[in-house]
This record gives sequence, structure tokens and C-alpha cells, in this order.
Amino acid sequence: MSGTFVGMPAFPPPDPPAFPRAARDAVRDTTLRENLRHATHTIRDKRAKAVAELADWQQLREAGKRIKDHTLRHLDQYLVQLEESVTTAGGTVHWAADADEANRIVADLIRATGETEVVKVKSMATQEIGLNEALAAEGIRAYETDLAELIVQLGDDRPSHILVPAIHRNRVEIRDIFLDRMGSWGRPAPDGLTDTPADLAEAARLHLREKFLRAKVGVSGANFMVADTGTLVVFESEGNGRMCLTLPETLISVVGIEKVIPTWQDLEVFLQTLPRSSTAERMNPYTSMWTGPADGDGPQDFHLVLLDNGRTDALADEVGRQALRCIRCSACLNVCPVYERAGGHAYGSVYPGPIGAILTPQLRGTTSEIDASLPYASSLCGACYEVCPVAIDIPEVLVHLREKVAGQGGPGHRLEKAAMKAAGWAMDHPRVMAAGERAAARTRALHPKRPPGATAWTDSRDLPAFPEKPFRDWWKKNRS
Amino acid sequence: MRVALFVTCVNDAVYPATGIATVKLLERLGVEVDFPAGQTCCGQPQYNTGYRHETEPLVRRMGRVFDGYDHVVTPSGSCAAMVRDNYPRIGHKAAAEGRGPELGEIARSLGPRVYELSEFLVDVLGVTDVGAYFPHTVTYHPSCHGLRTLGLGDRPRRLLEAVKGLELRELPGADECCGFGGTFAVKNPDVSAAMGTDKVAHAASTGAEVLCGADNSCLMHIGGILHRQDAPLRALHIAEILLSTEAEPHV
Ligand code: SF4
Repeated sequence: MSGTFVGMPAFPPPDPPAFPRAARDAVRDTTLRENLRHATHTIRDKRAKAVAELADWQQLREAGKRIKDHTLRHLDQYLVQLEESVTTAGGTVHWAADADEANRIVADLIRATGETEVVKVKSMATQEIGLNEALAAEGIRAYETDLAELIVQLGDDRPSHILVPAIHRNRVEIRDIFLDRMGSWGRPAPDGLTDTPADLAEAARLHLREKFLRAKVGVSGANFMVADTGTLVVFESEGNGRMCLTLPETLISVVGIEKVIPTWQDLEVFLQTLPRSSTAERMNPYTSMWTGPADGDGPQDFHLVLLDNGRTDALADEVGRQALRCIRCSACLNVCPVYERAGGHAYGSVYPGPIGAILTPQLRGTTSEIDASLPYASSLCGACYEVCPVAIDIPEVLVHLREKVAGQGGPGHRLEKAAMKAAGWAMDHPRVMAAGERAAARTRALHPKRPPGATAWTDSRDLPAFPEKPFRDWWKKNRS
Repeated sequence: MRVALFVTCVNDAVYPATGIATVKLLERLGVEVDFPAGQTCCGQPQYNTGYRHETEPLVRRMGRVFDGYDHVVTPSGSCAAMVRDNYPRIGHKAAAEGRGPELGEIARSLGPRVYELSEFLVDVLGVTDVGAYFPHTVTYHPSCHGLRTLGLGDRPRRLLEAVKGLELRELPGADECCGFGGTFAVKNPDVSAAMGTDKVAHAASTGAEVLCGADNSCLMHIGGILHRQDAPLRALHIAEILLSTEAEPHV
């Protein structure tokens, strides 16, 4: 990554490296690996404990899956119902087909207020569309108020985790960022700031308090939108989100269309599964809900921007659409051995880890090098599927997307296809296969330890020596 | 009882000792073993890399070759998982593409008859003590497909615990992937090697002499790292440990 960013950097990055290349650098960064290992293992162990407390976890998981699947199957109806409910509650609904349209809508809404500064509560949808950069181009500064997002923003960095965007940073790094950068964004960090969590939190609190009290416009995302009441719901841990949602005069929420659920009752499932899956908490610290403006209380003007940006394309894919069930809990990231080594940045998208590997190529297509490499960024170990609270079969979708990528040809895959075809043919002709095995066995003394062409494999591993003869020859001699 | 052995392509070509141990072990337990010579590969490498169409002839072959056997036993968790978990998907997609129902039928017929070795021993034969003797310290790596897709649970461990002379050592982070993942090891070599190196470090921390597994693909990857590191630990398939007896110890 290079260049200076105004606020959050653009997504996707200008020239994103393909996954294996980016991952190689991350694997070699020992500080990063240690930060990630420590953080993911701590949270994954906590999650396992919190989940084990519920005897009906599997039923809750199944219920969450069903609610989401049902809603996705009737998405057109529920979105129309949502629009009616929000409008009835006094809000305004805007439809955005893609990132440009959504950014234009938000910029126009902010300009209409005459403001040039807005506060934001963590929203992945706005990161997905690069809203901060789009606003910056219009002379509007967007302040991130989620603690981790603030760290990322101050550090001219990119988020690397869904829930803990600064997971790749340790306390010392965070203190340095606060000391260096807070001053140029507002209230500077206190002198003598230490790297204790309480000190860091207090510095952020003071810095942000100033922003909250000045802001006239807030921008948010939402975890859920309830169709029958027009209510939006945000889960967060710090209360900063609640400030963003209640203090400004105008509130603009940008939300992906897949976030709708039919009724209030449906929330009961996610109120249980989301906090336990994400932060290993039994109950979420701050769950804010807002239904249109209310006279004299909170924002007096409310706008909902419904974002498509590739979601209807994903919906059309029978296997791939299950990715739209995702409730962004990040449990799959925390258990993923590949994420743990490669880090979030390697995924070249606002959605890293296993969910990113299946969601991003569906939202953006598989034509770019990074997007074509994402479905292969997994060993298919299945740990992600096991923890996912809405039972997204991530390995199934990965293989499904690999088929798409392999089918479109492109560098590497043409050769690979020929090789697969040849191997498939030989394996459908047992005599040919057996002859190959015997040839390999007979020439075993000649095999180099590190054969040319297998360099990636033999960089760190030895290949096994071929046996004197294959199993089928033993069988022939001894059993038939 | 008569069963068919599905030895798998990797075992056939690279690890014949595992196939031989499986045959001899089953025979020792009174099972008659057949090796249908027309068998080759379950299609897992092709399928997992995104070449589903190239997998279909192999699904048909598996259906043909193992037709008529009540039990098909394989010393490979991932190959059993391929048949049980992915063949139905292949059948479903083929049907959706209007290419005949036979793949789906093969999936339905073959899936329930395919057993990973430890499943077969514990569930079908109902034994955990197979009369083995293996006087070594052993740590067990449950490969992902066996652990999650097949749900082997503690079957392999129960088999190992019943082995005389064997001391089982707990593997830290046992349920973490070793980083093989078929073509993943080739396409993402750095991450794969990092995962494998961590696995090896965990295994070494147990002080065990042997790292045991039920999938030679994972063992090839782990063993390759062990070999490169000149580690005092060797990777061994569970079938070879279970075959070992006082009269005929595994070296
Ligand atoms: S895919 Fe599942 S586990 Fe991963 S973030 Fe989404 S809901 Fe959570």
C-alpha cells in the first residue's frame, strides 16, 4: 500500500496484489503474525465457551439460517414492505444500484445540510463503497468513531478484520498512532499517554467527545432492518455508535439490501447468536434501534440508502447466495488458519477472511487477479462453516466459485485445465494409471529431491520417495 | 464379511504400506477383502480445484467399480468425505444442467456404503481393541475432513488408546488444519507451509515419537516438513499402527 489517504482508504485498493503474493509478505511479518495469532486465539476460545453455554445453539443456528433464507427468497417483497414502513415512520428511502450512486446520494444529502463534517458509526457498507473518499472529494470530512476504526483512520491504514479492524495492531503501535496523529484530526492525545488499555480508551473518549458534540450529521450502517416496523438495528460495544445515532440532527444510514428481516420477533434469534459469535458476550453491550425521526428526540431527519452493489447478482446464484445470510459476526475469521497467517489486508477487500473469500468475488466478480485468487485462499478445512451462526457452507461456496474461476480460463488455469483433463483421462483408464505408477516406481532412484516445477512445494517440504512398487502390484502378487 | 478396499490413488502410488496394512488388519479381524482393480481416484483433487466436469467420469467409475459391495472401506478420511459430501452436490448440479440422473443415483447408493477405516472398525465391526501392540509415544492429528465432514469424533483415539504399549499424547491445537488442503499447498505455498510448520511445532512439543493420522495426504505434507527439519518425529498412518503386533511389530 502506498499513498496518503484522507480518512479510510479506497476499496478496492488501486492495484491489489493477488492473495498468495500478499499473504507471503504477511507470513514473513512476525509482529503481524504474533498480533493476529494472539488476538484470534483469545477470541476464538472465548466464543467457544460462550456458545457452549447454550443448549439450543444448533437450533438457533438453524433458525437464523431459515429466517435469512426465507427473507432472501422473498427479498423483493420485504424490501418494498420496508420502504413503506420507513416512509410511514417519517424517513426517506433511497435506492442505490452501485457504489457511485450510493456515494452521490449521501454526498447530496450532506451538502443539503450545509455541513462539511460528519461522524460515522462503523459501517462496512460505507467502506465497501469507499464513501469516505467520495465525501473527501466533495470537501466533506468523515470521522470514524468506532475505536478500532478510529485507530485505522488515524494510522492511514486499512481495516483488517470485520469486527476488530485494528486487530493487526498492538497496544504500543496504537499509542504511537494516537500521539502522532490525533492532533491533526482534532483534540490531541494527552501528554504522557501510556499504552494501558484504560489510558488509550480515555484518550479516544476525549478526542471523540468533541466530535460527537459538534456533529450535525451522522452516517451509520445497520446490522438488521425490520420490514414490518421500519426499524434499523445496530449492535456495538462502546456506545460511540449510540452517540452517532442520537446526537446529530440528520441521520443517514447506508445498508445492504440483504440486511432486512421480516419481523421484530426474528431479532430474538440474532440477539442471541450475534454477540456470542462475535465478541463472545451473552448480551450485546449496546443495541440501538431507530424507527424514523421522533419529535424533539434524536435526529429530526432520517434517510435510508438501500445498497445493491452486486447483491442481486449474488442472489441469482443458487449456491453462492448463501453468503448473503452473513450477519458479519467475524467468527469465521477468528477460526480461520489462513486468515491467522495471511492477515486481513491480503484479501484486498473490506471483507476479509473466509466470508470475504466468498462474498467479495460475488459482489465484484472474478475478473480481477485478486478476486480470482480469493476462492483459492482456503485449505477447505471447514472450521468457518462449523462456527458460522447462520450455517453458511463456506467451503461449498469456495469450490463453487473455483469452478467459475477455472471455467473462465485466464493465466494459470488454461494449463491447469489441460493437466486436470489429462490426469482425469488417465484415472479413467486404470491400466494407464497403473503404468504411470510403475514407471514412477522403477525410476525412483532418478527422482531429484527437489524436482523442477515443484519449487513452491519443496521450498519448505520434501516430497516423499516413491515406493518400490504401487499397492496394486502388491495385491496382484500376494492376494489374487 | 466381505468388503471392498478403496485404497485411493495417493495410497496406491505413494503409500502402498498403508493399503497393505489395511488389508492385513481387516483380514486379521476376520474380514474378507476384495480389491476391485478398476478403481482409481475419487476425483477430490479435480473437484476441489474447480474442475467438476472432469470429476464426473471418476464418479461414474467409482459407482461401477464398487457396485454390489455392502461395505467399501478406505484408509482416507478425505476420500470418504468426498464421496459422502460432494458426490450428492455433483449429482445435483449435473441434474440441474440436464445431464441425466445417474450421478445422483451413484451418490445416493455409494455414499452410505463408504466407510473410513476407523468408522468401519468401530461402527461396523464393533471393535476398539484390534489386538495391536505398538510400544511408542504417539500424538494424533485428526485431519479436517475426518474431524468435521465425517464427524469421526473419538473413534481413532479409542482405537489408539486400546493399543498395548502405546502412550497417547495430547496434540495442542489438534483441530487446526495442517495446511495441506490439496492444491492449496501448491497455490498458497507460504501460508500452507506456515500452517504446517506450526502443526509440526505442536507435535514436537508433545515429545512423541510418532505423529499419527488417518489421511496420508496430510501426512505427506506434515512428513515433508518433518523430513526437511530432520525432526526426531515420524508421520505414520493409523492403519500401520493398528497392524503392528507383538509377534509382528511395525519397525
Ligand atoms: S460468514 Fe458466518 S461466521 Fe463469517 S462473519 Fe458471516 S455470519 Fe459470521
